[in-house]
Amino acid sequence: MDERLLEILEDIEPGVDYEHCDTLVDDHILTSLAIISLIAELEEEFDITIPTTEIIPENFNSAAGMWEMIERLGEE
Amino acid sequence: MFYIMTYFSFDFLILVLTAVLLYTILPQKARRFVLLIFSYAFFWAISGKLVIYLAATTLLTYLFGLKLDALQKEEKRLKGEETDREKKKAIGKTYTAKARRVLILAVLVFVGTLAVVKYTPFALGNINKILALCGSSLVIEVPLILAPIGISFYTLQVVAYLADVYWKKIPADHNLLRLALFISFFPQIMEGPICRYTDTAEAIWEAKRTTWHNFIFGFERILYGVMKKIIVADRLNLFIQEIFLNYQNYDGGIILLASVGYTLQLYMDFSGTMDLVIGTAQIFGVTLPENFRQPFFAKTISEFWKRWHITLGTWFKDYIFYPVSMTKPMKKLTSKARKTMGNRFGPLVTGGIALFVVWLCNGIWHGSGWHYIAFGMYHFFFILLGSFLEPVVASFTEKHNINRGHKLYRAMQIGRTWILICIGELIFRAESLSYAFGMLKKIVTGFTLEAFKNGSAFTHDLDKFDLLVLVVVCVVLLVIGLIKERKIEIRAAIARKPVVVQCAIFLGLLTILLIFGAYGPGYLPLDPIYAGF
Repeated sequence: MDERLLEILEDIEPGVDYEHCDTLVDDHILTSLAIISLIAELEEEFDITIPTTEIIPENFNSAAGMWEMIERLGEE
Repeated sequence: MFYIMTYFSFDFLILVLTAVLLYTILPQKARRFVLLIFSYAFFWAISGKLVIYLAATTLLTYLFGLKLDALQKEEKRLKGEETDREKKKAIGKTYTAKARRVLILAVLVFVGTLAVVKYTPFALGNINKILALCGSSLVIEVPLILAPIGISFYTLQVVAYLADVYWKKIPADHNLLRLALFISFFPQIMEGPICRYTDTAEAIWEAKRTTWHNFIFGFERILYGVMKKIIVADRLNLFIQEIFLNYQNYDGGIILLASVGYTLQLYMDFSGTMDLVIGTAQIFGVTLPENFRQPFFAKTISEFWKRWHITLGTWFKDYIFYPVSMTKPMKKLTSKARKTMGNRFGPLVTGGIALFVVWLCNGIWHGSGWHYIAFGMYHFFFILLGSFLEPVVASFTEKHNINRGHKLYRAMQIGRTWILICIGELIFRAESLSYAFGMLKKIVTGFTLEAFKNGSAFTHDLDKFDLLVLVVVCVVLLVIGLIKERKIEIRAAIARKPVVVQCAIFLGLLTILLIFGAYGPGYLPLDPIYAGF
């Protein structure tokens, strides 16, 4: 897992066990407002474009899911 | 001329029973056509010749879908033939722009039709008022345009379908009849839930055999919905109609009772209808998405809207909130605002803009009238305020060692949400915006309990017996709600009982419905509220 991703997440919503939590969206830990903020940060940090179609729970429920999405979009 | 066939009518019962009978005896391939014929027959019964709107919408959706599909296939073919990465990107951009134009045209056609049939009188009425204010003698004649029932619901379904095809989430449907059935499926055409193509299209088309399990579970759900509607919503109808129409004649205490009563009535009517709709679909082996999840246990307005009319909320989130927030200028604004205003308040700038658009659309979607727009703005204000105050409240409670998870604290939050929701629903139901302000003013300045003390409160089409029935039913539903919150499936628990006990429960419920149902002289059945939207 990339440290930069964990830092961004910690900055947006502190005090969450991002390494293990896989219900970030389902349990409303990341709200819609947090997600739009997170997307802006991820795009800037990893030089990717996250389209609306990627905003699905599978991509944002866990840090691992987010990292998979970042890597995939980076390759495109 | 057409007539209104409500879900809670003998006609609808006959329609469903006939459909179930044919559905059960016919082979699988014929079953889907039974559903399609009954769906169009039902729509014709409720909208007459306006069924043409539904047919035209379906055909256009099909054609727009095919066009998007053709563009995507062409893009894929050209990309396959190209080896240069940059040229592939350019092809992608060109075809995305072409597909976007098709989607925009489709949205303009469908939302434009909805706007014309629903909002022309409202828009022209306001233009006439402005002309009069400017001293002009010109009066534009307001035409009578009939809107087909359910247009607000199926329009959102077809827009979602085409957006999903555009985003390549789903392939376009090449089967016109399957698409037609997805759009017109009769249990949900009038009041939703607003289904996504991936949720129901294939399941309805599959036309599974009606199983005994689905029949019994569906029947129980229908019975539960009928009880909510006939025992509670209809019982409150005459009382609420009178107070909302002539509030000037009543004191604040009665108006408050009517506004709380209306919130209860709206919930019982709409959630009861959803129970009937979902139960009916279950008999045909189709699982429709849930529209309610114990909304009155919500601790905030924001949470309330995740539990009330869920499919509308998720539609606005997926097709308005995120697309608005994800435009390039908005993304830039998010980044900038975060850096200058900090992590907590920065995102609220773009989030606030997107929320404003969502709640403006939400208010307008519900109807043409300034009070509907005020209703939307009221919720926008409190949701945004909640987001602003959240860090302040978190810091305050932490500093003063207040346990936010404590039952008392949660009860206080739920109570506060009830008050805000009841005010919002008063604005929603009021005859006009000035009536809403008048009613709210009278609740605050003219509040007395005199009418309850001298008994005059119980003569307005709602006597003491009615009030007692309402209280008992509310307590029962509260208990059922608490059980559901603990994720206990009541129908599954009943199914585990011996057949004799199950029969006794059914008979008991039917008896309660017959004895306590608000029908016959002295009562007026409530017209389906959400069918009017």
